[in-house]
Amino acid sequence: MRHIISLLMENESGALSRVAGLFSARGYNIESLNVAPTEDPTLSRMTIVTSGSEDVIEQITKQLDKLVDVVQMVDLTEGAHIERELMLVKVAAHGSDQREEMKRMADIFRGRIIDVTEDTYTIELTGPVTKHDAFIEAIDPAAIIETVRTGASGLGRGQRILRV
Amino acid sequence: MQLTGAEIVVHCLREEGVEYVFGYPGGAVLNIYDEIFKQDAFRHILVRHEQAAVHAADAYARSTLKPGVCLVTSGPGVTNAVTGIATAHMDSIPMVVITGQVPTHAIGQDAFQECDTVGITRPIVKHNFLVKDVRELAETMKKAFFIATTGRPGVVLVDIPKDVTQHTCEFAYPKQIEMRSYKPVTAGDPGEIDRAVELILSAKRPMVYAGGGTILSGASEKLVELVRGTGYPCTNTLMGLGAYPATDKQFVGMLGMHGTYEANMAMQLCDVLIAVGARFDDRVIGNPKHFFDPNRKIIHIDIDPSSISKRVKVDVAIVGNVAHVLDAINSKLKASKQKPDAEALQNWWGQIEQWRSRDCLKFDRASPIIKPQAVVEKLYEVTNGDAYITSDVGQHQMWAAQFYKFDKPLRWINSGGLGTMGVGLPYAMGVQFAHPDATVACVTGEASIQMCIQELSTCKQYHLPIKIVSLNNRYMGMVRQWQEFFYGNRYSESYMDALPDFVKLAESFGHVGMLIEKPEDIEGALREAFKLKDRLVFMDFRTDQTENVYPMVPGGKGLSEMILV
Repeated sequence: MRHIISLLMENESGALSRVAGLFSARGYNIESLNVAPTEDPTLSRMTIVTSGSEDVIEQITKQLDKLVDVVQMVDLTEGAHIERELMLVKVAAHGSDQREEMKRMADIFRGRIIDVTEDTYTIELTGPVTKHDAFIEAIDPAAIIETVRTGASGLGRGQRILRV
Repeated sequence: MQLTGAEIVVHCLREEGVEYVFGYPGGAVLNIYDEIFKQDAFRHILVRHEQAAVHAADAYARSTLKPGVCLVTSGPGVTNAVTGIATAHMDSIPMVVITGQVPTHAIGQDAFQECDTVGITRPIVKHNFLVKDVRELAETMKKAFFIATTGRPGVVLVDIPKDVTQHTCEFAYPKQIEMRSYKPVTAGDPGEIDRAVELILSAKRPMVYAGGGTILSGASEKLVELVRGTGYPCTNTLMGLGAYPATDKQFVGMLGMHGTYEANMAMQLCDVLIAVGARFDDRVIGNPKHFFDPNRKIIHIDIDPSSISKRVKVDVAIVGNVAHVLDAINSKLKASKQKPDAEALQNWWGQIEQWRSRDCLKFDRASPIIKPQAVVEKLYEVTNGDAYITSDVGQHQMWAAQFYKFDKPLRWINSGGLGTMGVGLPYAMGVQFAHPDATVACVTGEASIQMCIQELSTCKQYHLPIKIVSLNNRYMGMVRQWQEFFYGNRYSESYMDALPDFVKLAESFGHVGMLIEKPEDIEGALREAFKLKDRLVFMDFRTDQTENVYPMVPGGKGLSEMILV
């Protein structure tokens, strides 16, 4: 099953490699991983999307918790949470038919076109990972020039809070 | 007080009460070595290879429970130390490893003797630090000792660039340290402890299984109290030997791949298993699928939450320091009106005695060729069971574990987790430094001993009267045994031609060498060797080449599927 794990960790060089190394050393899956400093510059917040059986997820959370740089940790998928990802897609946009089709698809998915050239559009989408998968499915695969996704970030809902 | 980084390192070690630093100098640590020259708070022990420095510091820790400290230079100093670090890490040994690094401005420039020390060692330490600013050095050293010695102990590495050892700053050593990201637990959850007590008292076929965590937490006496108080059988893992006295009736021997028949059968068929500071590893329970039994309830006491339900699902999980938790359990057991089921226990012991009568460790005592088991048996007799025994890795290690009956903790020093050949001699050095007046013997084989043989020179320099008991069968015995059992007797590369004359080799280092070829000479040779109180004696026992370690649970099999002699 898919899990989203959020970590608060000491904002120190090497902290990221400890997490990444743990996953590769123990053979755990990483679907996506992102990290950036928080409002407290001494702390970074990392979001890891992973998958595995309940036993594996239990081990992953315990092993992460054991890392000396990890201050706090929560498995967001254990409770109510919201999840967002940013995706940028550069698509071919030749001629009025294709340009209109791409604009329409972007609108349907509540995306925005943030860069326009003679031959391309770059579309920005924000939402759950599944929405982005659906967008990729929905448009003409031959039109996709490149994509980049941040991986999911998330927060617990309401009073589910991860902070020091 | 303004001090240089190098002075700070030395001051920190003094503040921590360090007795010995095992090390080897080199360019990046010359400033630190210069300060070591000027002080006499601790002794520096010069080894012949960095790997041995780490092993010796590791053994110092294993035999004292105080953190071992070693110091090596950058680049090759570090890479040579890696085997030692991984060895200590796998057995959760408290250690602080100080490494030199190229100056901060040269990091990343592929400088001479540069390597990414923090990167290379990251997966084999509990934690590591690169100190880029001298103002962080003292606090980092404090953190290193704090992390190494608390919670599940482990290795902490502090990498110090050369310019940091030159820079100066105001020195103050923190008395205590608080880390928001590291808060090890000690006491177990009271609710879980109550559940454990209830389960312990309900057992019909109980079994106590104690591992290295019992020794590392200094909980042997509490384990003895639990086992004697309940009358339950007890087994120790390879890492736990000595936690429960081996000569006691309630001890059923070591368990695992080369454990006794009675220990493995009782482990497999018990209805309540009390796991104490042990981690159900593959050499202990074999295949977890075969080990699984829905009717067996398991209580697991361990300081590390990630050790619980890793390989085996447990029913009662108590995360805490083994000594604290056993204390709590013992006092609750004492206070309880309910007592263990005496009748069920009697039946269970009847069954265990039947297994014990199988005499699974028997060997041919009339053999005209020296049997390795006989050497260890005699070693036990000659040293009155009171020596510190280190071993290398292989058949001799298993025979030492099976036949030297450890009655006390901290006496059996070996590499259980990583299984590092070559540890035996440097381990004996570390133990002898920690206990200068104690009898220290290294049980080894002719293959393992050659992996750190250069340390005979260190032993000479420091007059270490170690007794080396080499069980020389002219084979990598354990490899040969697996090839015999599982590879159709194809002894691929497990035979060593051109072995040195170990007697002459020992003599060339200034030690005493002995060659023993007949069973009737074993005892006399051992007695003579141990009489030489101030000399290292290398005993080259020519043993039976075809002897195997029994019982054996083949890899992937269940505990009750043993090959017996």
